[in-house]
Amino acid sequence: MLYGTRLRALSIATLVTMTAALALAFFYAPMDADQGFMQKIFYIHVPMGIVALCGFVWGGINAIQHLRTRDPKYDLRSYVAIHLSLILGAGVLVTGSIWAKASWGHWWVWDEPTLVSFLIVFLLYATYQPMRFSIEDREKQARYASVFAVTAGAFVPLNFIAVRLAQAYTHPRVFATADGGLPAKMQLPFYLSFLGMTLLYITLWRYEMASKNTSAKLRSLRRKLAGDDAVAPAGRTAAPSLPTT
Amino acid sequence: MSARATEPASSESDEALPEPRYVPLRTAVRALLRKELALELRAPQAVPAMALFSVTTLVVFHFALQRGVVDGDLASGVLWVTLLFAAMLGISRLFVADHEEGGLDGFLLAPTDRTALLVAKAVGLFAFLVALEVVAVPAFALLLLGPSPSLAAYGQLAVLLVLADAGIALVGTLVGAIAVQTRTRDLIVPLMALPLLIPVVIAAARGTSPLVLQGGSQGLEVRWLFVLGLYDLVFGLLAYALFDFLIED
Amino acid sequence: MAALPAAIELDGLTRRYGERVALEDVTLTVAPATTLVVFGPNGAGKSTLLRVLATLLRPHAGAVRVLGRSLPDDGWAVRGRIGFLTHEPLLYRDLSGRENLRFHARLHGVAFARVEELLDRVGLRLRADDRVSTYSRGMVQRLAVCRAVLHDPDVLLLDEPRANLDPAAADLVEPLIGAASGRTRVVTSHDPAGGLVEADLALGLRGGRTELLAPADRVQSHEIWALYR
Repeated sequence: MLYGTRLRALSIATLVTMTAALALAFFYAPMDADQGFMQKIFYIHVPMGIVALCGFVWGGINAIQHLRTRDPKYDLRSYVAIHLSLILGAGVLVTGSIWAKASWGHWWVWDEPTLVSFLIVFLLYATYQPMRFSIEDREKQARYASVFAVTAGAFVPLNFIAVRLAQAYTHPRVFATADGGLPAKMQLPFYLSFLGMTLLYITLWRYEMASKNTSAKLRSLRRKLAGDDAVAPAGRTAAPSLPTT
Repeated sequence: MSARATEPASSESDEALPEPRYVPLRTAVRALLRKELALELRAPQAVPAMALFSVTTLVVFHFALQRGVVDGDLASGVLWVTLLFAAMLGISRLFVADHEEGGLDGFLLAPTDRTALLVAKAVGLFAFLVALEVVAVPAFALLLLGPSPSLAAYGQLAVLLVLADAGIALVGTLVGAIAVQTRTRDLIVPLMALPLLIPVVIAAARGTSPLVLQGGSQGLEVRWLFVLGLYDLVFGLLAYALFDFLIED
Repeated sequence: MAALPAAIELDGLTRRYGERVALEDVTLTVAPATTLVVFGPNGAGKSTLLRVLATLLRPHAGAVRVLGRSLPDDGWAVRGRIGFLTHEPLLYRDLSGRENLRFHARLHGVAFARVEELLDRVGLRLRADDRVSTYSRGMVQRLAVCRAVLHDPDVLLLDEPRANLDPAAADLVEPLIGAASGRTRVVTSHDPAGGLVEADLALGLRGGRTELLAPADRVQSHEIWALYR
């Protein structure tokens, strides 16, 4: 699969959509009476969260394919998916904290089970790269990373249920999320932002895949032209390696 | 060609392909378990360390919380944090002996199911956790627990412990197998296992709170048992599906 | 002469290690009850070849058949018929010699009487109940040999089997793992003269590639030496 095609079109689409979404969020969407302007971070926070979680699941699916076929390209796809979701995840936690401040006056609250589940998932996936880095054998690294990605992917829903159950007995859920309860003027910016986030993720994913594939091909060509010794052995890295042929 | 090459081979290769030899799962699990327990008894590492660590942790809690007695939610929390952190030690050590002494190769050469190793390690870890709790729970009751739970309450706690231990054993076997191949084994184990075990902490701690309440135990809520059971089932299936990939090349 | 099914067949076997190649395009056939001796400098791929044959490593390309079964898919079918002796003894230091062998006996479905028989034959009966950590290197190697032949394998894969063995000990294990045992053997060796004597087929590897492959009686020592330069 060629990842480098349509990158320009995708980048432009992402930029346009995100700008439109943000503009609508600022100017078109209603200002919240209690929470004020900071509430608008919701338009970034929730779509980012959903896309990040989907990214983790997408990483898990590619990991399953990698384990089934042992084709290193799936490992690369899984790695990029997870590492992008982790970056988005950090964004989710930061924007979530801002939103918490706007809603409850504290920079962190334990009342919102989705945010709390997200923190746990983030902490788990944060071990992915260090784990990869500390296994030197590349094949083993890829295989173990895939096992981890599948386990963590299966863990996400389980964790969500458990945290929800824990909360239900102390605080009832305080606010509605995006599904179903959105007033009309909020829907457009929200869905547009969601589309923008998805495009952002896809674009970044393709960029990174293209970049890694190109580097691998370059190494392989150099090796073929100038012999094994012309190419310095790849140092220890957490990133997947691709076959040299 | 030397004369030996044309000599008749052993009888088996004259016929059709030789019969595959196979040792049933149960036999292999028993053999592996015997070895695990024999090694731990002969050269105790994991269990004494975990037990000692749990008692030390309780002492630290006394000073950190600045209390002589705890009850209710606080007691439940202290107990489960202590057990969980002690379990991390056991998980770190789980595959080390095999890794260092080439033991995994010895098993991989045997004509049996790879799953036998998963079962044996998980059951072994479960046994070590029970041994840990035999020391840690009385120590906790002695050192920090205010109220004296009834026998029935202890019985219910035992059920919680069994279900929680099963979950910890399954997650621990997976994480232990991953960690033993890394160069930062002792770091990876708690970092990876603790988030994965949070659902266990949630259910176990919530379940234990009413049992250690001042003013008499209020009985265990069955829903927490269901949560633990679900967790054990999910991780059991995950471990069964994924473990082979961790030990084969 | 009747055509005998080969005990081991390799066809273009390739195995990579990271970006380097550990074995490249190795093709050969080993007839039953014969000995293949593999020569080559360190890092040539000798141990990798043995591990692939032992079903411990998967081939990345090419075909591997052991006792008529294709690896890795049918590896499970031949596992119980392969004996593997490597640099690591695969024994637990904190268990006794007898306990170690009994553990392996259980894993292979072998009766304990066989454990006793082997302990006797290698002269470890008196020390069988002592921990392996108290054994000398030669004793450990003898015990490892017992482990390798415990289940009466049809194929023996031996990585420098006589390392750490004094002549008396080497004599004790010879009937178990030597040519006279009647099993198909693949042996790695750093000894050109000695290796050629016991070989039926000689393979010389360098950098994973086959530099030399010929019946042993047509190979001269100096050709083996050339591999090391």
